[in-house]
Amino acid sequence: MSLVAQVDRATPTARGRGRRPGELTRGAGLGLGIGVLWLSLLVLLPIAAIVSTAFEDGIAGFWEAITDPEALAAIRFTVGAAALVTLVNAVIGTLIAWVLVRDQFPGKRILEVIIDIPFALPTIVAGLVLITLYGPGGPFGINLVGTQAGVVLALLFVTLPFVVRSVQPVLIDADREVEQAAASLGASGFVIFRRVILPTITPAVVSGAALSFARALGEFGSVILISANLIGKTQVSSSYILKMIESQEPVAAAAVATLLLGVAVVVLVMLDVIQRRTARRG
Amino acid sequence: MSQHPGRSGGRSGEPSGIVVRGVHRKFGDFVALDDVDLEVKPGGLTALLGPSGGGKSTLLRIIAGLDYPDRGTVEIAGQDATFLPPQRRSVGFVFQHYAAFKHLTTARNVAFGLEIRKRPKNEVAEKVQELLELVHLEQFADRLPSQLSGGQRQRMALARALAVEPEVLLLDEPFGALDAKVRKELRDWLRRLHDEVHVTTLFVTHDQEEALEVADEIVVINEGRIEQVGSPGDLYDRPANDFVMSFLGPVTRLAGELVRPHDVEVLLDERAGAVEVTVTKLLRVGYEVRAETLAADGSTPWVQLNRVQVDELGLQVGAVVWLRALVVRAAA
Repeated sequence: MSLVAQVDRATPTARGRGRRPGELTRGAGLGLGIGVLWLSLLVLLPIAAIVSTAFEDGIAGFWEAITDPEALAAIRFTVGAAALVTLVNAVIGTLIAWVLVRDQFPGKRILEVIIDIPFALPTIVAGLVLITLYGPGGPFGINLVGTQAGVVLALLFVTLPFVVRSVQPVLIDADREVEQAAASLGASGFVIFRRVILPTITPAVVSGAALSFARALGEFGSVILISANLIGKTQVSSSYILKMIESQEPVAAAAVATLLLGVAVVVLVMLDVIQRRTARRG
Repeated sequence: MSQHPGRSGGRSGEPSGIVVRGVHRKFGDFVALDDVDLEVKPGGLTALLGPSGGGKSTLLRIIAGLDYPDRGTVEIAGQDATFLPPQRRSVGFVFQHYAAFKHLTTARNVAFGLEIRKRPKNEVAEKVQELLELVHLEQFADRLPSQLSGGQRQRMALARALAVEPEVLLLDEPFGALDAKVRKELRDWLRRLHDEVHVTTLFVTHDQEEALEVADEIVVINEGRIEQVGSPGDLYDRPANDFVMSFLGPVTRLAGELVRPHDVEVLLDERAGAVEVTVTKLLRVGYEVRAETLAADGSTPWVQLNRVQVDELGLQVGAVVWLRALVVRAAA
């Protein structure tokens, strides 16, 4: 069949004016240069400074700083809370995105705007609102100040839009006929979701989840009030780091920051691997 | 899903028909289907032909269960299917834009319907292999849809629909997104495929050539109503009305009557019933010659001739000739 031949012939051929493979045009070179410079000044340099400070007193100093019971408790709680928040966001965020894209209901436009409020609100204001609602004397009679649940609630609030906003455009673009094709092949609603929709939206869910994990890991403003900063219970890493800086212990602060950075990198890579696997498996 | 032993859907058992009765469908104020009645013969290859927005795709989607009628009934294989969900209708549906599962390989796409029915792995593999051979995609089994051409994707979609051995196969403008050459190839190929797999097939098209070439039976739909049902020959030679006549082939108006331009006789002298015209233009398209003329009443009938005829008649621009319809349309 000639169709077969067409595809086989479609191998890339050498193009361009005598440029060797891997060589950049002047424009691309300039773009890359600006990108690297920008990234270096804004991201790489500060990170390098933190890491070098963390190891100022050698590996032993670093180890001592991060194994301090107070530091360890703060790190453990922060990572655990961030993981929980990420998991909840992946599910609830996907659900909200689904409702916003697929369902028609009164007030949809308003909901669209409300979703972004956690991004727009200064985090300290968010914290203030949360302790007013869920603090002593709040209208619901629930007091979450000084509880781990309170911290998780604050983190959920500030990270809500990530998954919603990353999944929404993918759902809008999703081809409904693919779902109809699956239905006419006998797939139930659940099977269609699991085997057709989920593989399509997984990359978006994961990238939203990764952002929300990263944000939760470093969050300070919204949690500081509701956590009451109880050492060994509700103290988060960022607040521990602040405390170390205030008490003139920059090495301890940098060590904890470096460890958090490491955790973030590991989790982001892990999520990427999971996403590649799921997208393949269907 | 009903899988009867000994009668594996359309593949080897008795093919089943489709009966549509009084189906009406409105979208807001727009009447897409106006009390449509239709019987699709078992085992046939039937074309739903009509202009865009005429309601043919809506009818197909209602038969597939992807849309529902406001009133009326749909029967598939003798069973009322009007409100059955698509999952339980045993229809294979092929979309214009393939609707491929982009994250799955060609083989997994084809296997989808079998996998969700939890068929044994070796049975699925065997069936998939068989179908890939049927649609000539066996060497593309491990490619993703994005690595296939449009024609290949559509053949994959067809194999996927056939895998679950549907009672009826529905195709919605299946070749509409392909370029002319591939379109033509796939058209011939669908015809041959249907000769091999006698599943009742209904396909939607707005291309009259496609319908005439491929289908056993053509259903002409316009403005939500069925204009005529018949074999390609019937419809071409005995159209029920002017719409069908002009939709199915070239037409020209001679003395107020709609006629086919190749059914017009060119005479060099006046005879009874002939119309006197002046040749205004001779357009040669390969072997075919299109003679445009001007009549005394201001109408401009044209005649489809060939080079030999033009040479024999010695036809030239400016010549005065008489035109007479060879075939007078019988009332259908």
